[in-house]
Parts: sequence; C-alpha cells; structure tokens
Amino acid sequence: MVKGKIHSIESMGLVDGPGIRVVIFFQGCKLRCAYCHNPDTWQINGGIGMTPEEIVQKVVRFKPYFNRSSGGVTFSGGDPLMQPQFLLECLKLCKQNGIHTAIDTAGFGDGDYDEILKYTDLVLLDIKHTTSQGYVSLTGKDATDVNIFMQALRKSKSRVWVRHVVVPGLTDSKDHITKLAKIIKDEVPNLDKVELLPYHVLGVSKYEDLSIPYKLKDTEAMDKDKNNELQTLINKLFYK
Amino acid sequence: MFKQWDDFKGEQWKDQINVKDFIQKNYTLYEGDDSFLVGKTDKTSKVWDKAYSLILEEIKKGIINVETNEISGIDNFSPGYIDKKNEVIVGLQTDAPLKRIVNPFGGFRMVEQSLEEYGYKLNKDIKEFFPKYRKTHNEGVFDAYTDATKVARSVGLLTGLPDAYGRGRIIGDYRRIALYGLDFLTQQKEKDLKELTGHATDDLIRHREEVSMQIIALGQIKSMALKYGVDLSKPAISAQDAVQAVYLGYLAGIKESNGAAMSLGRTTTFLDIYFEKDLQSGKITEDEAQEIIDQFVIKLRMARHLRTPEYNDLFGGDPTWVTESIGGISLNGKPMVTKTSFRFLHTLTNLGSAPEPNMTVLWSEKLPETFKKYCAKMSIETDALQYENDDIMRPIYGDDYGIACCVSAMEIGKRMQFFGARANLAKSLLLSLNGGVDELKGKLVIPGIEKIADEVLDYKTVRKMYSKVLEYVAQMYVDTMNTIHYMHDKYAYEAGQLSLHDTDLKYFMAFGVAGLSIAADSLSAIKFARVTPVRNSDGITVDFKTEGDFPKYGNDDDRVDDLAVELIKEFINALKKHPAYKGAEHTLSALTITSNVVYGKKTGTTPDGRKKGVPLAPGANPTQGNDENGALSSLNSVAKIPYRTYCQDGVSNTFSIVPAALGIDEATRINNLVFLLDGYFAQSAHHLNVNVLNREVLIDAMENPDKYPTLTIRVSGYAVHFNRLSKDQQLEVISRTFHKKI
Repeated sequence: MVKGKIHSIESMGLVDGPGIRVVIFFQGCKLRCAYCHNPDTWQINGGIGMTPEEIVQKVVRFKPYFNRSSGGVTFSGGDPLMQPQFLLECLKLCKQNGIHTAIDTAGFGDGDYDEILKYTDLVLLDIKHTTSQGYVSLTGKDATDVNIFMQALRKSKSRVWVRHVVVPGLTDSKDHITKLAKIIKDEVPNLDKVELLPYHVLGVSKYEDLSIPYKLKDTEAMDKDKNNELQTLINKLFYK
Repeated sequence: MFKQWDDFKGEQWKDQINVKDFIQKNYTLYEGDDSFLVGKTDKTSKVWDKAYSLILEEIKKGIINVETNEISGIDNFSPGYIDKKNEVIVGLQTDAPLKRIVNPFGGFRMVEQSLEEYGYKLNKDIKEFFPKYRKTHNEGVFDAYTDATKVARSVGLLTGLPDAYGRGRIIGDYRRIALYGLDFLTQQKEKDLKELTGHATDDLIRHREEVSMQIIALGQIKSMALKYGVDLSKPAISAQDAVQAVYLGYLAGIKESNGAAMSLGRTTTFLDIYFEKDLQSGKITEDEAQEIIDQFVIKLRMARHLRTPEYNDLFGGDPTWVTESIGGISLNGKPMVTKTSFRFLHTLTNLGSAPEPNMTVLWSEKLPETFKKYCAKMSIETDALQYENDDIMRPIYGDDYGIACCVSAMEIGKRMQFFGARANLAKSLLLSLNGGVDELKGKLVIPGIEKIADEVLDYKTVRKMYSKVLEYVAQMYVDTMNTIHYMHDKYAYEAGQLSLHDTDLKYFMAFGVAGLSIAADSLSAIKFARVTPVRNSDGITVDFKTEGDFPKYGNDDDRVDDLAVELIKEFINALKKHPAYKGAEHTLSALTITSNVVYGKKTGTTPDGRKKGVPLAPGANPTQGNDENGALSSLNSVAKIPYRTYCQDGVSNTFSIVPAALGIDEATRINNLVFLLDGYFAQSAHHLNVNVLNREVLIDAMENPDKYPTLTIRVSGYAVHFNRLSKDQQLEVISRTFHKKI
C-alpha cells in the first residue's frame, strides 16, 4: 500500500479553487520560492504517513459542504506532483466517491502527469514568473521542467485556473502582468480564470522557527487595492 | 367579531386564541432581495442619536441610573421617553431611558449588592419594610435546599442557578395583544378560571391562584399602556398599533421580571401582515414602515436589568436576550420570510450593529436564496446574527415556536421552560477520581465514591466511577431545580408574561452541561494515552502526567467525538429518571453563555492538559485551539451531538473566521457563508454563532476600547459589546480558535 507524506489537512479552504474545499497539504517541493509561505512542506521526508484510503475517508465526511458549493478536494503542498503514485490513488478514490478534484501545483513534479490529469477536474496552475531569469532567481530552479507538465496539460481535459503571486518590486508592474497574460494565452489550455494573489507575510514566522533565512524580509505585503487594479487589468486583457 | 379583523382571512383564529392560524392564513412570503430597504427617517435619527449617546455613556460607567423609589411591577412607573415628539413607538421600563428597576422579589440581598456596587441608595422605606414583610424567592429556596445542593453550589459543581435572580426564558405571546386586544384576552382567562374546578389539590389551588394573578396582570398592562395614551383594550388596526401593542406587552414583562433571558419571540412575520395591509392601502410608505421597525428596535435595545457583580461574571456584557426568531419554514413547506424579516435585520444597518435584540435566524435549506444571502451579508458586516436549524426544530415544535435566550426552542404561548443553568462535567470527572472530594476546596461533595488509587488511570475504572458520579449529580440537580422553580412560582411569579400564554401550559425543565469538550478530551487522554495522576498529601489529584497522543474533540474523529455523544446521552437519561416539578419534560443543553470562564476558575487541572483555573470551552465548542484540522472538522464534531431527545435544549457552537479566509471578495464571502451554513445544518447540527473578524481587532479593542465603542461580537448564543466583558472574558474570547487558513 502506497503511503503519502502529508503535512496537514485543512478541512475548510475557501480560497483554493471553487466552493468549499478540503485542502490536503503534501510534503515535498523542488522549488524554493522566495515568498513561499509553507517552507515547512519543502522536505519530502517530513509530515505524517497516510494511505489514500485514510485521506479519502476524511474527505468524504465533508460532502454536505461540497455538493451545495460545487466544492471538493484540493491537493496542495509542497507540490502534490512530487508524490505521483500516491496522488494518483487519492484522485482515483475521490472520483469514485463523486468528489470534485483539484491540484494546486507549479508543474514541478515527478512524472505520470497524463494519468494524474485524467482524474483531475481542475488544475490550479501557479505560474511563477514570465522570464527564465526571473524564474530562477525567484524559485532557485530552471523553468524548463515545467514544459513537461504543460505538454501533458494541453493533452488533458482538466480545466485550469492560473494563479500568480504579485510581489511588490518583483512582479507588480503593468508590463509584467501584460506579458503574463500573453504567456497564458499562448501556453495554457482550458482556461477558466486567472487569479492574482497579493503577496502576504503570514508565513514569515515559519522561517524563523525553521532557521531558514527569509529572502524577502525587506519586502512589504502587496497592497490589496493595487493588486485589484492589476486583476482588473488582466481581466480586461482576457475578456474584452 | 371585531371590525379590525375585516381585512384578514381565516376563521379558526377568530373563535379561539390561535395566532399561528392567523399568521398562516394571512402572511405574504417575500422572495426578493434587499434592494427595497430604505434608510432611517429624521425622526428615527433624532431618537437614536439621543439613545446612542446614553448607551455610550453607560458602557463607560457600567450603569447610568436606577429608580430607587419604586420596585418592579407592570404598572409601577410613570411613563418615560427618549425624545417624545419623535418617538413613533413609546414605552420605557421606568420614567427615563436606561434607568434600571429594583426587583427585590428574587432576593433582597442581591438588590443591595447591586446598588452598593454602583453607588446607589434604596429608598429607606423600601429598605426597611420590604424585607420586613415580604419573603423572597431566594429565601424560599434556601429554606428548602438540602446540604447536598448547598455544597454542590459552593464548589461550582452547579453554577448560575436562578435562585437569586429571575429565571426568564419565558416568552409571552405578545402578539396576542395586537391581534385580540386585552379585553378579549381577559375574558378568555376569566372563562378558563371558571372551568378550573375539581378536588382542591395543591396543583389546582396553585393553578387557580396563578390564573387569577394573570387576570390582574392583564388589567395592569392596560393601565400602564393608558399612561402612554395607548388603548390596548381592542385589536390593533394599523401596523403602528400592532407594533406598539407587541412592544408594550413585552415591556410589561421586563417591568415585572428580571429574568436572565427575556426574549421577544417570533414577531416579524406576524407584524408583516399589518405592514402589508397598510402598504397595500397606501396608508404608509416604506420609509414609515422602516421607521416603525427601527424605533421598535431602538426600544428593545434599551431594555436593562440591575445585576450583581457575581451575575456579570457568569453572564458577561449585560445581556438581556431580547431574542427574536426570524425566518423558518411553515409546516406546509412555505418559507416564513417576509419583508419585515428583512426590515428587522436592516436595523443593524440603519442603527449600526448591536448585541440586542438577539437576532436569530431559523435556518432551513428551503429558505429563499435571497434571504440566505442577505443574512450572510449582515453576519459578515455586523457579527450580530446567530443561526439555528429550523429543519430539526420544526418537526418537534411546529412552525410557531421561538427561541428563548440563546438556543431554547418552545411553542410560543403554549410552553414555558424552567431554566436551570448547568452542571460541570469536567469537575464531575475530577470528583470521580478523588472519591467525591472537591479537588480545590477539599470538601466532600459526593458521598459513597471510592477513591481511585491506581498509579496509571485505567479507562474502564474511571468511566465506571464517572457514571456513578453522574447518576448522583443528576438526582441532586433535579431536586435542586424542582426546589428553585417551586419557590420561583411562589415568590416571583411572572403573571404578566404568563397571562399571554395558554392556561393549560406545557413545561420543559432545561438542564445544562458545561465542560463537555474538557470531559471528552480527558476521557480520550485516559483511554488512548497514558495518564498518571499527581496526588497531594491528602491523596487528591492536583495534576496529571499525560504521555502519548490522544484524539481531541473538534477534529471529526469518532474515537473521541463518540465519548462526548455518550456523555450527553448518559446524563440526560440519568436526569429523566427523576420527576420534574409541574410534570415538566427534561431537556439538556450544551451552552455556557460566558460562565465557561467562571466554571474554569472553579475547576482543577484536568487530564486533557488543561491547567487549573483555565476557562472551559464555551457551549459545545471544542477546546480553544484543539480543533487543528480547520473549520469543517470542528463543525462536524459538534454536529454529532444529538439534538432531538438528548440535547434538545440546544447545542451551542460559536464560530469565528477571519474575513480573508472566507473568500477573496464580498460576493464570494457571502456565498461561502451560505454554503457553510447549509452544509452544517444539513447534518442536523443545531446552532451556530458566526463572527467574521480578525483576532487583532479584538486585541486592539481590549487595549484601546475608545476606538471601538460599540464593537459587537457573538460569544455564546448571544452577542455583546466587547467592551462590556470583563478582562478574563475578553481574554477567553481572544483565545478561541479563529479559522484563518488562506
């Protein structure tokens, strides 16, 4: 029996996909994004071991909330694609139980994407940056691996929400957002929504607990109004 | 037949008192949105400005005035006004706003303590003659209490018993005055009295005396209203008349009695019938309709009672529980939402958020979506609403019940409740470990309990002893309650409120528990981890060493949630073995108000890791911070506590979520809150208080009260001005779980 490494379960996520969702946070991520608010999920060896059955047993308890809200489960992390076999089993079991499935990913995983996407209703695709240089400096990794996932995504029927974190001074210019829109148009299939997420500082204390230096310690949280302006801009670029 | 009834449909309600039938035959369902609502009129602004500045002054000072030359009674006070020429609904408890009434019938010492606390002096004749010639409820109770009850009170096994203040939780059917007029109601009571014949047993004698007192009270209501120039002898004809009649009926109740919870009932759908009639005929405009409701609500916000400091510790924030139940579905499936349901909630916008009246939405899956969304919107904006599950209450009580206090449902005008505070389940568990000896005071509370001397606690041994303790507590608790309500009837009978009830009344005797989560988690620790008691030189357990992990209530884990369910079932079954006064049905609640703080102070360290003196969780909530898997897991655990038959006086759950976690924008937040309520109640859960706010706001408000003069939050079945809570109560509220995952 494949066991997964789980960081935690949040039984009510209202901002990770449509409706009311249970969010399962996986351990393990290849990226080291400067603004990551879950650095405690980076290591694949942390967390608690759980079987797909154990996960889904918990998730089905919340069906009364899903049905009305068109909600479901969101596998997040870390990056859920880092535990492909386990993720696949979870997704299959959820679909057997009639639960809407989403994965929250940067597309940086460990393969088996075609099979995974067969059971994924929605991909919350986190696009980190618009240039390869920017990508490396923000995440510590080269973006080329993402293309493998993108190819699989273009073949799949999964719907897509693109998400992008707007960081003051890094990714908050109008030019940047316009360029992002173009990339999305060219590269991303089955698009339903683009969400610009304002950078926040709620995860900073975790770095102190883990004794990891925090790269953005001089950056303030993104202004919500300014973020809304950029959201309006990108909405216009898509729906004019 | 009255000419005032000409425009109304139906016959049944005309032949006998039957408000429910009148409502069902005449109300107009409203399924639209909130766009018809209007702002407040100039008159309302003027009245509210004056009232509001008095309220602000009062929050700072505690109280601002007491009538010390008179004692409580329906018709004992001269008329009072806030701003006479602008008031469209009139009536105050005394001759000035926020001037409190001295009610010595519950207990004279309590009156003296309250006056001393606030620096007032009672009229010297009253001070001399009242105690000399009149026995009180409190004296009666203590004449009859057993030693067992007295020790249980003193160690905090039973706390908050209504043996020194009014029991409340009686909802007069104030609508009857509007629909029938006082003359008709008096005739009906006179007829009932004539028919009360038979062997003159205790029961019959008491019943006849009560009905006679009710008839006198109806006359006093009429006289009191006339002092305001309002004639209540005949049915109301206009919306303004109807609201005025309902309000004066309620006012009579709070002039006569100082019950903890003096609730209003379920008036909006009834009143809407009059509003619709007046609006249809062009007699009033929407502005005037809203004006009448706004001014009604201003009056309800002015209700006060004089309390002792000890009382304020238990029920913090000076609550009055003017609970109004709004919405719900009729037995034939038609929602009972009207425009006046919206108007009533809209007062929170026109007058700003406030704790009273305690707005309680009777939630059903079948409520119109527009109304659901409006309620969610008001919750997010004001934190002033609570929700209770009509879909599980309607099958028991029908479609004309109301909520008294926080969560206590009863058929309006047909049933009253004998309120009984609560027993401490956490302390009961400690008593079963300590041979019935109180862990803090060292007193023997329960005789015949063997001391557990095991080095490591064995679940089966402890559980068996706990059952033995609970059996004892149940019997002592019923005996205590019977004594209290016998004496309350004898010395502080609420004739006004009960005159607006059927003569043949049904009764609940409402017991309660505190510390449910602590007891469940402690049992779980003993069962699933290794718990070693640390005993003092007298062999009393004063601390615990707990090794290993154990499931905690609030995480949707059956292993521990079942322990909580089992406890509730066991305790109510034990209570039901002992007959209750006046043949009442036993009910049970998991509701603490703010007494969880006082209960915590009186309870030693518990095996779940809670330290001596730390507050218990409120109501049926999981212990603060123990619900680690997010809101839905927490809600699912509470939803398992069975309402019907077992915890039928209410399962109270208070829920706080930060705005950002509820959704990214207002529309999403509203939708999500609706989904959340639908999902929670679909599992037959009973009650939810909803706060949408950040913990930081409360911390800031504690440090800078002037920045948040009237910040309103829901604490436990009621809302309060945060600034009126004691420091301990504020800290406890801040320590609660705020769901904030984003």
